Amino acid sequence: MTSLAPERTGLRAWLNSDTPRSRGHARAIALWGAVSDLARNPLTVFGALLILALLLTAAFAPLIATHAPDAQNLAGRLQPPGWNGHIFGTDELGRDIFSRIVYGSRVTLSVVAIVALTAPLFGLLIGTVAGTLGGWVDRVLMRFTDIVLAFPRLVLALAFVAARGPSIENAVIAIALTAWPPYARVARAEALTVRRSDYIAAARLGGASTPRIILFHVVPMCLSSVIVRVTLDMAGIILTAAGLGFLGLGAQPPLAEWGAMISSGRQFLLTNPWVATIPGIAILLVSLGFNLLGDGLRDVLDPRSAKR
Amino acid sequence: MQRGAPGRGFALPRILRRSATTLGTLLVTLFGLLLVTFLIARVVPIDPVLAIVGDRATQAQYEAARVALGLDRPLWEQFATYAGDVLTGDFGRSTLTSRPVLQDVAGAFPATLELATLATLLGVLVGIPAGVICATHQGRWPDQLIRVVGLLGYSVPVFWLGLVALLVFYGQLGWTAGPGRLDTAFELSYEFDVTPYTGSILLDSALSGAWDVFGNALSHLVLPACVLGYFSLAYIARMTRSFMLEQLGQEYVTAARVKGVSEARVVWVHALGNAAVPLITVVALSYATLLEGSVLTETIFAWPGIGLYVTNALFAGDFNAVLGGTFVVGVAFILLNFLSDLLYRIVDPRAR
Repeated sequence: MTSLAPERTGLRAWLNSDTPRSRGHARAIALWGAVSDLARNPLTVFGALLILALLLTAAFAPLIATHAPDAQNLAGRLQPPGWNGHIFGTDELGRDIFSRIVYGSRVTLSVVAIVALTAPLFGLLIGTVAGTLGGWVDRVLMRFTDIVLAFPRLVLALAFVAARGPSIENAVIAIALTAWPPYARVARAEALTVRRSDYIAAARLGGASTPRIILFHVVPMCLSSVIVRVTLDMAGIILTAAGLGFLGLGAQPPLAEWGAMISSGRQFLLTNPWVATIPGIAILLVSLGFNLLGDGLRDVLDPRSAKR
Repeated sequence: MQRGAPGRGFALPRILRRSATTLGTLLVTLFGLLLVTFLIARVVPIDPVLAIVGDRATQAQYEAARVALGLDRPLWEQFATYAGDVLTGDFGRSTLTSRPVLQDVAGAFPATLELATLATLLGVLVGIPAGVICATHQGRWPDQLIRVVGLLGYSVPVFWLGLVALLVFYGQLGWTAGPGRLDTAFELSYEFDVTPYTGSILLDSALSGAWDVFGNALSHLVLPACVLGYFSLAYIARMTRSFMLEQLGQEYVTAARVKGVSEARVVWVHALGNAAVPLITVVALSYATLLEGSVLTETIFAWPGIGLYVTNALFAGDFNAVLGGTFVVGVAFILLNFLSDLLYRIVDPRAR
């Protein structure tokens, strides 16, 4: 007991130290500072908890679910919540809604993860190349970005999915294809501010090639703004994916996807309202979580908006 | 007229000249949209030739149909034909309704416009005051409350909100009418008593003095407009708050207060007047988003607008209709962005 306590204060002191002794130490201090700033806002903590709950649910879905998500029981269809061990009742095929929501978290999380990894990466690349090189490269790339930005997103995603056939993969591709331009803009703005820095000039004098400068010296500086933007966009991605699922253009049955679950419960809305309404609450909570977390992150990482 | 003479009278031509670049961007963007819809039509898994001749056709018949459709020509030539057709308003014939797509779209567009306009009006009338109150009460309970309500508006799936609204206000309480634009009982009297001036039932019935139709249309419109308007409201309130906080921190606000201008005048006239300039872009953007975002709302409320038209066409494999609808929504979206840019230049002298 006595041996543990000094070690803990030791760790805290190490994290709060204002004289970092190594690169890792400096990073740990910065991270700790950001985390404690985040933790000060109760709404941000609430958002983070919601996302944590989503991650845990997705990871341990088989342990949390009370039934198999696809197990049908036509004798016990459309039963109200609480009936016979079905926490949220059953749907039109007698499947357990709670278990389907639990497994649906995996679908939602993978859609978000794929889009959040591909679209910002592409945007980051376009933006940093345009910002660093400037000149005609910048003009061409940014004009292209503006054009894509001017397209109506959902309608294009709709047309794309319609052309390629409805499936969750095509829905993800369609969302990613229309989601990247804002990241390119953000990254370009950051790149423009750092391209004239002394350290870039030093790296260039040191013989670093242009790709190397962009990849190792410019991209890291643009990351934090892009990450904030991604967190704020996650909710939009979830809502678009769910919307496509709802229209029948995203995940196909019998896959447990929240939007598709609402859609199939729609015809029983007036008689068995829980079938359509409960999956919507799941979507609402997850996208609320991302919005709250994104707001908090922006306040911490962007000093300009933190003052407001 | 002297060139470069100061004064308001000369502002407009200057704006137009500066806007020439923007106009260039507009044309390039429209061309891009045309290219995208063309390319989407090329990747359709449905073979358009096979759809016409059927799978029992001989190879010769198949080839003949292919040539008749122009599919044997090089891609750029096909694109040129497509662009020419679209620019002359020929989107082909819808296989679902067997009418020209342009006619269908023209019939459906006013319904969408009516919905989006009412929703935006709601967003502006409630969102701007809410945002101003947030800014003047920063950090206190009205600010927190409006922020949370706004965040919920951002986070809620619009199709789910629509279903819940139908369930509660139509199914349980019976306060509003259900899906659709009019009750079946009123559809006949709409046909006979109302002159279609604008295509908006609300406006047309008011102009024709058919107040019973007006009342019924309003009771149908209220739910979808509120659901759609909630998102618009959340967005506008959030941006108003941020712009107002920026303005209230400026020195001219302090100067006005020192001069003895009343606080209400400082906030609602001085600060809001300046915040209104960037707000124009925000309102235009949210209007454009509503035009395209109405796809889901229209599906829920069986609202016969462009979103529902495209969705129905999509499931029927009616590709002319899908692409025609997509193109029209895209054009409306791009034009609104352009107009907001132009308006911004007119209102803000610094941007000229």
